[in-house]
Amino acid sequence: MQYFVNVTLTGLTEGMVYSAFALALVLIWRSTRIVNFAQGSMAAATTFIALALIQAGQSYWVALIVALLSGLLLGAIIERVVIRPVEGGPELNAVIVTLGLFVAIQAAIAIVFGSAFQSFPTPFGLEGFQVGDNRIALTPNSVWVIAAVLVTMALLVVLFRFTRIGLAMRASAFGQEVARLLGVRVGRMLTLGWALAAVVGSLAGLLIAGGEFVYPAYMDSLIVFGFVAAVLGGLDSPIGAIVGGLILGLALSYVSGYVERGSALVNVAALVILMVVLLVRPGGLFASSTARRA
Amino acid sequence: MSDLQSPANTTAEGRTTGSKTAEEAPTEATAGADQPTASRRRSLLPQSTLLRHLLVLLLAAVGAVVLLEITDPFTNSQLATLTYYAIAAGGLTVLTGMNGQISLGHGALMAVGAYTTALFLSADEPLPLPLILLAAIVTATAVGALVGVAAARLHGPYLAGATLALAVGLPGLAIYFHDVLGGEQGMRVRAPRAPEAFESFISAVSGNSATNTKWLAYLGAICLLITYFLLANLIRSRIGRTWRAVRDQEVAAELAGINLGAWRVLAFVVSAAAAGLAGGVLALVVRLAAPSGFTLVLSLALLTAIVIGGLGSLLGALLGSALLVFLPPFVTDLGAGWGLDNTEAAQLAPFVYGVVLIVAMIFAPAGVVGTLRMRWLTRQAKRSAAQSSRG
Repeated sequence: MQYFVNVTLTGLTEGMVYSAFALALVLIWRSTRIVNFAQGSMAAATTFIALALIQAGQSYWVALIVALLSGLLLGAIIERVVIRPVEGGPELNAVIVTLGLFVAIQAAIAIVFGSAFQSFPTPFGLEGFQVGDNRIALTPNSVWVIAAVLVTMALLVVLFRFTRIGLAMRASAFGQEVARLLGVRVGRMLTLGWALAAVVGSLAGLLIAGGEFVYPAYMDSLIVFGFVAAVLGGLDSPIGAIVGGLILGLALSYVSGYVERGSALVNVAALVILMVVLLVRPGGLFASSTARRA
Repeated sequence: MSDLQSPANTTAEGRTTGSKTAEEAPTEATAGADQPTASRRRSLLPQSTLLRHLLVLLLAAVGAVVLLEITDPFTNSQLATLTYYAIAAGGLTVLTGMNGQISLGHGALMAVGAYTTALFLSADEPLPLPLILLAAIVTATAVGALVGVAAARLHGPYLAGATLALAVGLPGLAIYFHDVLGGEQGMRVRAPRAPEAFESFISAVSGNSATNTKWLAYLGAICLLITYFLLANLIRSRIGRTWRAVRDQEVAAELAGINLGAWRVLAFVVSAAAAGLAGGVLALVVRLAAPSGFTLVLSLALLTAIVIGGLGSLLGALLGSALLVFLPPFVTDLGAGWGLDNTEAAQLAPFVYGVVLIVAMIFAPAGVVGTLRMRWLTRQAKRSAAQSSRG
């Protein structure tokens, strides 16, 4: 029973990170109909910036803020410079451009920061809380992870629901021509959307890195998990992405916790889940209408 | 006349108006795949497709022998590497260029072929090599069919994501079944020795010593030539035309009674077979089948090869593969000259792949071969227009 609780808690914590990452993918998908496969590399880049600052003696929090800001900048620059020319064009071209970014940024990280494994610090302890006589798998760090993701999501909800900029962003995602006619600077909104998504992605990258080893390709699995979570939720729905992330986190945690040598199977399990979802419900678990042809 | 101009026109339009043409225009990236029809009339090659391809095959075989005999052993081994990249890229270009499906999973399918080859060769009395390579093809085809069935229902980004999951997930199986497949260390491959006939052939042709490296390079070249011959015939056949119809005009193709799903699965299966063979050749040439050999970067490198060469063109796939082989040593040297250490300099190659993918998609979506072909066609069209207006 206690083991089950611990596996579940681990799954929920990791699921929160997958949710955040899936949310970043969904934000971009909704505004530009592009799946940003470079998200993982972009997040890895900002994580390495944070790591460099921490190694230079700065505090975790300074590093966090600088990393998120550099994510904002990186997202905006990438949208403006390389994504804009292929936006609205054939879908294959956009996919190939984001894949090019993916491999180019990853290689750039290795060139600048080296490809060795480096440990990434956490701001809080990694020892589980004491409940009665048992130590559970909920650590101060996982509380921080969950809180950080929840706060980010709340901020996004506030932005999209209650501000003019959020309204303009929703409008340009909903109907570009109409929004443009009504005076929304659609181009800027798309840039802002990518920038925000890059911030959320960077946060996910920093959170999953805490207490682990980072290397240039450490986000490869996370981009798959984020994609699977987003597809679980239907790619179009932020709520779906969050629920999808949690479901995936739990499922993968049970696989690695209950199957013998299951940790080697986590990536395969994600593949199986994705295949089943795409075959049975291509529109995601929460699709209200029929699957749209991307 | 209008027939001549159409490919050039669609791209010019696609570049200027962007979003408008997204629905009607054939996928811009693959526009270069449509072969010119009018230019053949003046060509010296025979009319029959099969005869023409046989002639090219013969010339290419002679060219391969000459190339392998005048180059040094190191270049021989580089050319052996080129053959497996080119086989896989040829398969991928059929899938992506002809049928508009993207796959990031071809590295994983190559892994299937490589591990199959390694397993069969580790037997005490290994089967003859052609049978083993055939087994590699069959296994990869089976996996490809499975993926293809799922993939047939998916579009662009969904398909990319699903095959990405395949590329990241499948090597995990090698670690899970580490008793059989050797875990992280992988499986050593005992490459079979060259047959006697090969040694006498080499000594008759050039008098060079028939080393094992040379034998593997020849083996790869033979596989490459056979694969490209078969793929070229397939592309020019009814099957190839149907694939292009499915790619460019989904609705029209469906109305014409084409079962979209079945044809997509077929494209994936053919492409997976090529990847399986490429994996088999890779295992023989590298003499190792390990998860680290089949990373995502391999799949993305293959994608770079076909994009830079021009989607849908086998010649483009071959040129792109040559780039994959000869570019890394070049940029690594360059990086070392700039004061990077070895591991950093080694990363310059993937960096260049990525930049090339981005730049190619923004400025020349039809790739090298496609862009040149389009230039040529535009010039032809202009010239004949000028002539007709004068006359």
